[in-house]
Amino acid sequence: MQKDRTVPGHDVPVVLATDGAHGPVVHAASAAARARDVHIGARVADAQAIHPDLHVEPADPDGDAAMLDRLALWARRWCPWTARDGAEGIVLDTTGAAHLFGGEAALLRDMADRFAMQGLTARLAMAPTRGAAQAMARHGAAFGICAAGEVEKAIAPLPVGALRLDAETVRLLDRLGLRTVGALGAVPRTALMRRFAGLAADRNPLVLLDRATGRLPDPLNAPADRARRIVRTRLAEPVMDAAPHLAELAARLCTDLSDAGEGARLLRLTVYRIDGDCRSSDVATACASREPDHLLRLLHGRLDRIDPGFGFDLLTLEVLRVEPLDAGQPGLDGARDPDADVSALLDRLTARLGPDRVRWSAWRQSHVPERVERRVPALGAVPADPPDPARERPVRLLDPAEEVRVIYAVPEGPPARFVWRRVEFDVLRREGPERIAPEWWCDRPGTRLRDYYKVEVRDGRRFWIYREGLAQDGRGGAPRWFLHGAFA
Amino acid sequence: MEVRLSVLAVPDKFFVHGEPVARRASRVAPHGIFLGTKREHNGRMTRDSPYDRVIRLSDRRCGSAGRSGSSACLPGGEVLQEALPVHAADASATALILASLSGARRPVLWVADRMSRRENGLLYTPGLRRLRPFGSILHVEVNHPRDVLWAMEEGAACGGLSAVVGEIHGAPSVLSFTATKRLALRAEASGVPVWLIRSADPAGLSAARARWRVSARPSDAHPHDPGAPGGPVWEADLFRARARPPGRWKVHHDPSASEPADRLRMVSRSADGSLEGDRAERSDGTRT
Repeated sequence: MQKDRTVPGHDVPVVLATDGAHGPVVHAASAAARARDVHIGARVADAQAIHPDLHVEPADPDGDAAMLDRLALWARRWCPWTARDGAEGIVLDTTGAAHLFGGEAALLRDMADRFAMQGLTARLAMAPTRGAAQAMARHGAAFGICAAGEVEKAIAPLPVGALRLDAETVRLLDRLGLRTVGALGAVPRTALMRRFAGLAADRNPLVLLDRATGRLPDPLNAPADRARRIVRTRLAEPVMDAAPHLAELAARLCTDLSDAGEGARLLRLTVYRIDGDCRSSDVATACASREPDHLLRLLHGRLDRIDPGFGFDLLTLEVLRVEPLDAGQPGLDGARDPDADVSALLDRLTARLGPDRVRWSAWRQSHVPERVERRVPALGAVPADPPDPARERPVRLLDPAEEVRVIYAVPEGPPARFVWRRVEFDVLRREGPERIAPEWWCDRPGTRLRDYYKVEVRDGRRFWIYREGLAQDGRGGAPRWFLHGAFA
Repeated sequence: MEVRLSVLAVPDKFFVHGEPVARRASRVAPHGIFLGTKREHNGRMTRDSPYDRVIRLSDRRCGSAGRSGSSACLPGGEVLQEALPVHAADASATALILASLSGARRPVLWVADRMSRRENGLLYTPGLRRLRPFGSILHVEVNHPRDVLWAMEEGAACGGLSAVVGEIHGAPSVLSFTATKRLALRAEASGVPVWLIRSADPAGLSAARARWRVSARPSDAHPHDPGAPGGPVWEADLFRARARPPGRWKVHHDPSASEPADRLRMVSRSADGSLEGDRAERSDGTRT
């Protein structure tokens, strides 16, 4: 959701576009767009040709799925078993919960009201089986409630696609003249079984029909809430220093994590001050860990960044991000795992110096030397092998390159003598030029090319200097010279 | 006092881990010697090496003239060493250290303070291809030399690294004898080689076990272009060492050698720059 973007009004047709085989296609359409006969799956270019005022936004399926997951958890206000259903639905098992809201019809009305309060339009249906409820919500009347024993009658008029069949099977059934669920149910079971014997259970019309009518079980697999890993220490009197209490907190937390087979990646230490304020500090680890000593050392480094005010009387240590971590078997020789040692070192360095100071190298394809290498925070990255440059590159690179004054044969001769940092150098040997052109796709217009020379001066030092631009390239005055690095 | 020897160069009756070298011939190059773990041998303590390495004997010992004592003077081995670049913005110390790490596979911790990065430039990994192979480099870029020393101490205590290299520019007050002593003790306890690059430093007190002055020398001839610089040549001046005699060497780097340890070729020099003749007699590493 982008808050600073102007939202089109209800009367403006809006479609979401996704990439298709021949350009963007309509992924979803608003009510105003559907009223103008914009079909899902149509090409956006065609729709825009017919309706020039069509508002097109890119679709975000991952964001939709995450939103539905959150909504499914929120829907546990009505019943304990909820799950996301496909890309556009939520299924709730309200068995034994409807009477709490005054009956099934009242429950559905409550749901519709609360979704509307969030600005969401919901199509709701309730049925004794999951398949029937899915079919009725998508293809039946709004607020449809199907009583027990009337399932077959309720879904009979719906199209066969309501059984969540894939498009290929629907087309096949359509060719066979079976257009409604009722027509499908009227076909003898043995014939259907024989005809669709090769299909998997989730595509087989007979299996799906049996699930919808309750002949086959169709249980709901609701994701469990992730347990919060948090430990607290309540103090009788406010204190100023958290250090004496950390060891016990870390030990308790690690016991919890060990029981659950998990390790911490992100920890938050919070102190609740007596003036009602609370202060917290986060500590990240390079790989999942549940060693109390290691976590304790990380936390000790953060204590000086927590302002205790006039003291605090409650301390909590919470794991914000966990990862599964199986118990490891230490070697019988007592040797420590070198990889674990390095990741523990990464944690300590990062906790003290900050994530942007402890970095691995990452690479990208470029001919401009300073763009090849960039540094990425070591937490959450893995070191990659460096590229093999076609030509020799310096061992050290000055960033930014330092301007030098050079005597050279005008207009494009090699450097003969240069002054850098107020010292004069005679060039005895040189190699070059190696011409590196600006990258027009990301450089500003007017960027000048570079001619690099590897030069050796009298005392043996080998430098990399370049001339920026040519004399008559129309991108500025006389070329300038820069010293960019030092060779081995 | 424990005598720490760089190399035990007795090729005809050399034992590794108590067995004759011949049994491990596949791991020992011709005229090669093997650096094993620390053990008593012939009543002397051989120097341990974190990685099994074969180091060539000097060519002179093998019959050819011109070089001497290359195996006894290789940088590396000692726990805390210092490299002092003679000139500013000279990459030779960086390259010499990385070349001596060649062959190690574990990550290298590289810590630099702000002034070093500004004066000497950033370490540019694509340019290290000829010095490889060594482990990936973990860059720690801090502002103050105090943080450099702290990060180096943390790294020196971590057995999972192949080396720790720190760069400090100038002679800040935090880089005292005590600080280097702490580093040396940490490194001795864990066995991780630690290098300290002190640029623009007047070589004050230090507890480093070996101190090198490194500068660039005019390079070798280019194989194809007489007007172009060729393979790098450095001058390494070991002006203080605890367990070996000091000396000066002209160091050539040859990336085409098959064994990583063979790539550094060190030619002994006397103070006036001429080749030195009698230093080879001490190349077996005994203390004279």
